[in-house]
Amino acid sequence: MSATFETTDRPVERKRSTPRIRRRTDWGRWYTWAVLAWLFAPIAFMIVFSFNDPAGRHNITWQGFTLRWYADAFAYRDLNEAMYNSVTIALLTMFVAGALGTLLGLALGRYDFRGKQLTNLVMFAAISAPEVVLGAALLSTFLMMNVTTGYWTTVIAHVMFCVSFVAITVRARVITLDPSLEEAARDLGAGSWTTFRLVTFPMLFPAIMAGGLLAFALSIDDYIITSFVSGDVTTFPLWIWGATRVGIPPQVNVMGTLLFAVGLVMAVVNIVAARRRA
Amino acid sequence: MASISTTAPATSDEGTTPSPEPAISLEGVYKSFRSGSETVHAVAGVDLTIEQGEFFSLLGPSGCGKTTTMRMIAGFEDPTEGTVRLGGRDVTGVAANHRDVNMVFQSYALFPHMNVAENVAFGLKRKKVAKDEIKRRVTEMLDLVELGHRAKHRPTQLSGGQQQRVALARALVNQPAALLLDEPLGALDLKLRQAMQVELKRIQREVGITFVYVTHDQGEALTMSDRLAVMNNGGVEQLGTPAEVYERPATRFVADFIGTSNLIRGVVRGDVGGVWRVEIADGATALVAGSPDTVTSGTHLHLTVRPEKIRIGVDRPGDDVSAVQGVITETVYLGAATHYQVDIGGGEEITVYQQNVSDSAPVAERGATVWLSWPARHSYPLLA
Repeated sequence: MSATFETTDRPVERKRSTPRIRRRTDWGRWYTWAVLAWLFAPIAFMIVFSFNDPAGRHNITWQGFTLRWYADAFAYRDLNEAMYNSVTIALLTMFVAGALGTLLGLALGRYDFRGKQLTNLVMFAAISAPEVVLGAALLSTFLMMNVTTGYWTTVIAHVMFCVSFVAITVRARVITLDPSLEEAARDLGAGSWTTFRLVTFPMLFPAIMAGGLLAFALSIDDYIITSFVSGDVTTFPLWIWGATRVGIPPQVNVMGTLLFAVGLVMAVVNIVAARRRA
Repeated sequence: MASISTTAPATSDEGTTPSPEPAISLEGVYKSFRSGSETVHAVAGVDLTIEQGEFFSLLGPSGCGKTTTMRMIAGFEDPTEGTVRLGGRDVTGVAANHRDVNMVFQSYALFPHMNVAENVAFGLKRKKVAKDEIKRRVTEMLDLVELGHRAKHRPTQLSGGQQQRVALARALVNQPAALLLDEPLGALDLKLRQAMQVELKRIQREVGITFVYVTHDQGEALTMSDRLAVMNNGGVEQLGTPAEVYERPATRFVADFIGTSNLIRGVVRGDVGGVWRVEIADGATALVAGSPDTVTSGTHLHLTVRPEKIRIGVDRPGDDVSAVQGVITETVYLGAATHYQVDIGGGEEITVYQQNVSDSAPVAERGATVWLSWPARHSYPLLA
């Protein structure tokens, strides 16, 4: 026993006599940075290559810096048209799904009604169902109803799969809302519409905004469902997919970068507005 | 501050004569809730009359129906049965936004997206009061609650006590016929609560509006109210001034719920000149003045005696007071007073509070045999 004590004791003594501060590696921090890099590398490449000056048709190796593509961003007419379609469809989706989702979220968060559980189930089904399934189902529905697919069927499809996201966001907010706020408004003489306009809606607005932006983002980059229901209308993702076979022009990078910038600005505005309200 | 209207509501409805009518009256009000397959009677047969300018409290433990009663006055709940009147007018079934009462919520319910002044102006704007008038009254009201300098702040930037006062100002600025307060001081710490009690009384005196105050804190109800109703199980146990309710509890529940009370079992043994002689413990005699007619010799009853009404001493008191001998089982010295637990036999213990009037030592030690005595007028009979 005593012998083992001797042997284990000594090295410790020695270490103490020569103090050496050993820094622990902060793996958590490195991991976080690695994940962030992983997530943002593709976006960074897209932005960098929007300034590339490629020699041939393929914009995949760095040749030199140019702003040519920004000056010439709208050179492809059908790309412009696809972009225009995507943005207008996304805006329409944002407003329609925003309005419907808000009402749905309010109903689910506030009231008890027959079919509430079923509504919840359908909503989660719409979120969790594979897009291929949704797209195929929508297409067969449109065909069965003899509706020609195109711009408006795309809008309908986008509203359909976005409305659940808005509803869930709004419902979460409704549940945490103090019901006595609305009672206070009633108590102070406000009717039900005035109460909604002056108290409920402003209180829900951050959630409605978040849900709407989510709907916009989901809509503008949707490929799978759109490819089923868009008929001969082309959207930005559909155009890019089509262009990959012949080589993607740098204008796609430019538009992607601009889109990303707009999204960034909207997110920042939302955060700042939320901070100001709080 | 004096310019705050001390008259009854500015908007008196046609056909009502404001002064003689009570501010609020409830007639045979019932409220039942369906909870699953069961029906819960939250309020079961309440009759109440609250006078103009009164500070009236609804006091009771949680679940006694006091909040539901208040919500029926406010118009957030409709009674299952019965009538609610405001200033004599039947308002049963009238929506909250058409009733001339305002409420201070337990959670304050201040609108977080509006600043203090906008919160206070909310009710006046709904009534389409002129802009200048709104501005004047909001300023006046914020001065009354001493928050004039916080008009442009958001509610979240204020302390709990300040939010409380904003909620009060937001309700009072409408000069309602009655102000309803739902446990408004519940969320505040003790010191602030005591300060706000004084503050609320001051404001009520200044504006002269009827206050209906819901609380489970008996101390609060006793110190602030002109009258109060003690509620239990959806009904009113006793209605009266704080002194009446404290000194003459009508039921065992009231005796128990308000302050500390000794409940002593006894049997009526006779009547000497309007004073009942009641045998308590092991043969001792308590005197009860003016007991109900239903009491006859041999009736079993409980007496309630407040601990501070009882004298404790070593000498046998005279025959003109209730007297019982006992052994001290516990003494608690509290500085200003000493509390004693005295075993009087028959398995009964009596609590006695004695003021420490002189700088002498407590009158008795643990284990000492003492006499307890109290005048006939301080024991109240509770039948059954």
